[in-house]
Amino acid sequence: MTKFNAWNVIKNGLNGQSYWTRQWRDPEPKSSYDVVIIGGGLHGLATAYYLAKNHNIKNVAVLEKGWIGGGNAGRNTTIVRSNYMMPGNHEFYEHSLKLWENLSHELNYNVMFSQRAHVSLFHSPGAKDSVSRIYNIMRLHGTDAELWDLKTLKKKIPHLNYHNSRFPILGAAVQKRAGNARHDAVAWGYARAADTLGVDILQNCEVTGFTRKNGNIESIQTSRGIIKGKKIGFAVAGNTSVLWQMAELGNLPIESHKLQAFVSEAVKPLLDQVVVYGVGGAHFYISQSDKGSMVFGGDLDWYKSYAQRGNLPMVQDVAEAAMAIFPSLGRIRLLRHWAGVMDMTMDGSFFICKTPISNLYLNAGWNYGGFKASPASGWYFADLIANESPHNYVQNHNLERFEKGINIDERGAGPDPKLHG
Amino acid sequence: MIRINCPYCGERDHSEFSYGGDATINYPSLDASEKEWTEAIFFRKNIKGFQFETWHHSNGCRMWLVVERSTVTHEIKSVKPCHPDLQRVVENNK
Repeated sequence: MTKFNAWNVIKNGLNGQSYWTRQWRDPEPKSSYDVVIIGGGLHGLATAYYLAKNHNIKNVAVLEKGWIGGGNAGRNTTIVRSNYMMPGNHEFYEHSLKLWENLSHELNYNVMFSQRAHVSLFHSPGAKDSVSRIYNIMRLHGTDAELWDLKTLKKKIPHLNYHNSRFPILGAAVQKRAGNARHDAVAWGYARAADTLGVDILQNCEVTGFTRKNGNIESIQTSRGIIKGKKIGFAVAGNTSVLWQMAELGNLPIESHKLQAFVSEAVKPLLDQVVVYGVGGAHFYISQSDKGSMVFGGDLDWYKSYAQRGNLPMVQDVAEAAMAIFPSLGRIRLLRHWAGVMDMTMDGSFFICKTPISNLYLNAGWNYGGFKASPASGWYFADLIANESPHNYVQNHNLERFEKGINIDERGAGPDPKLHG
Repeated sequence: MIRINCPYCGERDHSEFSYGGDATINYPSLDASEKEWTEAIFFRKNIKGFQFETWHHSNGCRMWLVVERSTVTHEIKSVKPCHPDLQRVVENNK
């Protein structure tokens, strides 16, 4: 694999770009691996990378039923932030943000991470109090957070609708280190870096069944043959319940819902930040990609679904929210919209934990927040698989927390998965 | 748009309704163990395929319904009132 550096760029520039090697191999499956990660999304690829990098476990396979970057990795709005308040969550997401800050260097791959600020508008004194509390908790834990008054906000983003009488803009809660990144590059970067360390990335390799022996999973039946794994990790987002039942493990505190995202035609530079119209208003988030497209999204479709396609009432809802906050978008044309399947959990927080099967580990339940979490998710999932015990940050991110009554519910929305947006 | 045939109002867009959740949960008795209650409140089958689920006709007759729907294709096989007594009334009036 050719490293990306100035010398190689110049050399290939002079040689008709003919010396680049392929980014990752396309190996045939081996019969057995030390660790098999099911799911070649950002979390699975990151886990494989950190297993090899941090724990020197290099005999690892990542099984992907389609192609890498083709699931939720390519179906998100690419927002990266760490504005969480619950114990465990804020340390975890802050660590993720720190990994993002060095990710391009770490992977030798430009993930185009842009710390352009995440601006959450608030629309009532109550919303201001509520968001101030969260952002104060963040500051107490060393995460950057600040409030912008109306004067500052108008100077920074002059073209918001400051005359909305139903939801008047009173100011914004801001995390300046937050921003967004190029989603495909994150998948490709992790795949390339993991492959370089010896990880096999097996695409078009769908899991169809498990063979159990002495309580463990001995081997995995796949569309590319039988593969044995000493340890097995699930990182399959919306399809977690399907695999869980394939392993005869019963029910999970997860419901699969679909979330849509939208991309407009490219326009000249219009928006320098990620703007969220969400605290005491509607639920809408928007940023502008480097190509110039407006990238935005809203709520779930509100009913359980495994279909990777959105429904029209939510298109209308999101368009209405866009017009309420950004009237200047009125004539812009939508290029594409799509939906991804979210593994929404009963308290809105994730799982990185052991399971009733001793050689099986679970990474699931990312709700709306899987993209930004992917570096830390890989980091702590690899840590769990290698060391057999969860790190302090994720010690309560397990399936037993509901029975113990220690739910990690950021929104306080209760046991209804669709409400944890 | 999904079209739901409400037994009281007729066929309407799903945007008139609110999705409830799994309609097959059996809540245990009040003195059941914490494990049984945890299972009933927090754990779901999360079926990929046809499932029975509740919908509330919140912008219509405000009645709760049991809908048999595919979570993959969104095709609906049946719609019935939630309450068995009301189911009987609807059946008798057909």
